Parts: sequence; structure tokens; C-alpha cells
Amino acid sequence: MLLINNYIPMIGVVIAFKRYRFHGSFLSSIFKSEWVGFGNFDFFFKTPYAFQITRNTILYNLVFIILGLVVPVAFAILLNEITNKWMTKIYQSVMFLPYFLSWIIVSYLAYSFFSIESGFINKVVITSLGLDPIKWYFEPKYWPFILTFFQLWKYTGYNIVVYLAAISGIDSEYYEAAEIDGATKWNQIWSITVPLLKPLMIILTLLAVGRIFNADFGLFYNVPRNSGQLYSVTDVIDTYVYRALRNTNNISMAAAAGTYQAIVGCVTVFTANYVVRKIDSDKALF
Amino acid sequence: MESTEKIKKSRLGNRVSPMTNIGINALFIMASVVCIAPILLIVAISFTDEKELLVNGYHFLPQKFSVKAYDYVITAGDTIWRAYGISIVVTLVGTLLSLLIICLYAYPLSRQSFRYKNFFAFFAYFTMIFGGGLVPWYMVYTQLVPIKNTIWIMIVPYLMNAWYMMIMRTFFRTTVHESIIESAKIDGAGEFRTFFVIVLPLCRAGLATIGLFCTLGYWNDWWLPLVFVTDNKLYNIQYLMYQTLNSIQYLASGSAQFSESSKVIADMPSEGARMAIAVISIGPIIFAYPFFQKYFVKGLTIGAVKG
Repeated sequence: MLLINNYIPMIGVVIAFKRYRFHGSFLSSIFKSEWVGFGNFDFFFKTPYAFQITRNTILYNLVFIILGLVVPVAFAILLNEITNKWMTKIYQSVMFLPYFLSWIIVSYLAYSFFSIESGFINKVVITSLGLDPIKWYFEPKYWPFILTFFQLWKYTGYNIVVYLAAISGIDSEYYEAAEIDGATKWNQIWSITVPLLKPLMIILTLLAVGRIFNADFGLFYNVPRNSGQLYSVTDVIDTYVYRALRNTNNISMAAAAGTYQAIVGCVTVFTANYVVRKIDSDKALF
Repeated sequence: MESTEKIKKSRLGNRVSPMTNIGINALFIMASVVCIAPILLIVAISFTDEKELLVNGYHFLPQKFSVKAYDYVITAGDTIWRAYGISIVVTLVGTLLSLLIICLYAYPLSRQSFRYKNFFAFFAYFTMIFGGGLVPWYMVYTQLVPIKNTIWIMIVPYLMNAWYMMIMRTFFRTTVHESIIESAKIDGAGEFRTFFVIVLPLCRAGLATIGLFCTLGYWNDWWLPLVFVTDNKLYNIQYLMYQTLNSIQYLASGSAQFSESSKVIADMPSEGARMAIAVISIGPIIFAYPFFQKYFVKGLTIGAVKG
């Protein structure tokens, strides 16, 4: 007993330490470098990027959270009402598929539609409407919609599955009783399904709110193909940090932005968790 | 018998009207088309003749059918097959190691008798809440654990995942009852034997779920090569596609046969080949999709019921 209870976790500790090292490395080079206090942060926040990337990150995530709640719940409820269960299965399978594709593939898909020379939209749709081709990868104004679309495209199916599982867990007696009392389908949805889904909706939303400072790097980097003309609407904290580290090689700046994200993110997670605990202490993360 | 009949009848009566049903179906057919159309488009492009693509752009229906792109990818794509191989190796090794480590961590936490389980559970949770960010992480793998530009860099960072560990712990806790372990102990099985011979086989569904999560994670990964891999012999299929989207010439540059003559490059079915690689990389996912779906749904339902 002692062996497994202590020995195996020890292996686990080693692994966990590996992850923990992500938080701050023990390298002597770090200790030997010059101490500048909040200098890097100061510098970072004086650039226009600090505001821009924070705004983009938060606004996109807000939109994603709202749509990621409303659309899947509505779809799950409707899907559950379809008479032919075979069709339900098919729809669910098809809509779940995008979740399994990588962002690289998604960027290919986006490219096949928006490619300036031969994309489906420029070549087929716009030509047949007799309009001028649009330089998609250079025009920021379209990208908030495109990015939101692909985010929804990729994750709606996944969320539908989650909510559908919750709906199928609802006791059918509620509906039978409601029906006997003469409740219409509409009444049943609003007075039974939605209230019973509420805890799950709240938890998932709050967890998403907790991660509001973390953007999906794949979406914001790959889908717009890292096009410089689009940074004003596609650059988020994660992509900024990556570019600062790898392209401009500005390590201090990248570290400052990354740390800023980690700390603010940590605070929002704790706040969100606090709210979750208030609502339903069982569902709190810690 | 009679009562179930009744319930069935009442459920039948409690259905939406046929008109509404048609409306909902129409909505979902549209949604499904939106979901699948982009994928069909790249499949169509990969089967379209190259000249046709350059002149008429991308269409859903190939005006001139051609398998030249696949032909090219299969015969000339040393780079592609190498990347494909790397992806397979990374996915297999990564998934197995990852499963082992996750289970070894999760199992003690699922046992009531383990004294430090709260500490170790928090130890894992904490990584989900706070991280040092990209820069220190990058430095660890480039300086402290110098595995940059080895195949391990695409495996090691994903080995432990606190979220999967929690799901696995819930799995152990709900499927393996303490009494089973007790009886194994009475029969003289050691802890390791109990774990590998009794507990793990009981949790086959859980292993499959987490295993598929890991497989998907490794197969679809482009982030680790993007950050760490500069050696083009180590590119995995996702990262190769990333490079290819930026410049199709990349494909040719890796293959000696083609790099010598620029004329061949000009003849290369570049647009089609690009999409053909994308289709080939989706292949295994489509193939494994029924399994994925089955276990993902299961895993999601269990993950939602946190223990």
C-alpha cells in the first residue's frame, strides 16, 4: 500500500514539476540579468499595442462567450425536438466534425474561400454578382466577422454535444406532467429545459470568463495567415507575445506581456471561481 | 407493459408539430451544410486540374477532374511522407506515454486511503489556473531541458494534462470500487499488480476516452513545431501544411529531385497539391471518427460530472 500510494505519485511529482517549471525557470541567466523592476511593463504599457491587444482579446472573447452560449443551447434544444432520431444523430455528427480539425486545416479552408487570386468568394460569388474582387487578407474590416464565424464553426458542435448530454439527463416525467397540465412545447422549453440547463450554462460561461485574457492562438494566428495589415483587428495578447519572442526577438517585452496576461488571467479565474462557488459550491474548480 | 405503451404514446403526443419539425430539420440541414461545405471545397480543389484552378479559381464541382495533385504528392513528396511519419510516431509514442503518466497520477488521487491526495490534486489544478507564460516556457525547453529540434519536443510538453488527469480520476473513482481493490489485496496482489491487472482493464472506456483526446491533441499539433522546430527534417504534417500555405515552393525544396530544376516546380500542381496534403492529413481523423465520437461524448459527459 505504501509503495503505490507514495511511489507512483512521486513519478507524478516529477511530471508536475516539469509543468511547474513553465512558471519560471531556474536558469542562472535569468538571475544574472539586470534587474529593471517594472521597467519592461512600463515600456509595454506605453506602446499602443498594449491597449489594442487587450481590447481585441477581451472583445473577441466576450463575443465568443455570448455566441458560444446562445447558439449551442438553442441548437441543442431544437435538435432534441426533432422527431426523427436518426436525423438528430446525423446532424450532430456532421456539426461535431469541425472540432476535430486543426487550426491549420481551418486556415486552409478559410484560404480556399478568401484567397485573393482564386478563392471561392472572389472568383465565383463576387464575379457572378459583377462586383470587384476584395483583397480579404488586407482589409481589416471583414475579419471580426470571419474570425467569429470560424470560432463558432469549430466549437458549436462540441458545445451542442455537451448541452445535449445535459438535456437527455432531464427526467421525462417533468415533460409529461407539464403536458398533462396543458403546457405547450414553448412553455416546456422555457419553464423546464432552460431552467434545468441553467447551472451548466452558468458554470461553462464563468469558466470561459475566467479565461477571457487567453485567446485562441490558432484562430488568431493561422486563420488570418499572420497578415500584418490585419493586426489592428486580429492581434491578441497571445499572438503579440509569440511575435515579440520569435520574430522581433524582444524577450523582455514578450515576458512582460506574457506575465501581465498570466497575472490578470489568474485574477479573473479566481474571481470567476468565487462566483461559481457562490452559486454552486460543488462545481467550483477549487 | 401497458404503462410503457402509455408513456410512449404520451411522448409521441408531446412532439412538435410536423411543420415545426420540418422547419427545424431545414435549419439543421443548413447548419450541417455550413459545417461540411468548406471541407468539401478543399476536397474538390484537390481533385481539380491545376490550370483550371489558376484560370477559374476554386469551385465546389471540379470542371476538369484530375488526380495529378495526389499523384504528385504520392510520388514526389519525400518531405510529405517524412512529415506524415513524424506525425504518426509522435502521436503513438505521445499518446502511450501520456496515458501512462496520467493514469499513474490519477489513480492514487482516486483512492480514499491516499493521505496526500489533496495536496497532489491541488498541485495539478494549479497548473490550470496559473502559468508563467510563453517566454519562461520557451526558455525551459531551449536552455534547461535542451530538447529543441529533437522529436521529443513534440511529445514531452503535452505528456501531463491536469484536465485529463481529473477526468481519469473521476473515471477511476466511479468505476473501481474500493472493495474490489480490497479483495485483490486479500488475494495477495501487490499494488502494481492490482493497478495493471485489475484497475486498468476495468477502466478501458476511460482509457479509450483519454487516449483519443491525446491522439487528437498530438495529431493536430502545430504549436510545438511552430515554436521549437527549425530543423525541416522534423516537421510534422500540420507544420508542413503551415509552411506550405505560406509558400508552396517549400514542398519542392525538400525533395532533391525537384529542387534542381525550376521548370519542374513551375509544372507542379501547387494549388491542388496543397489541398491534397490537407485532405490526406484529415484522412485518419475521418477514419477514426466513429470511435472519436463515441468516446468523446462519453468523456464529455463524465468530465462534466466532476467528482
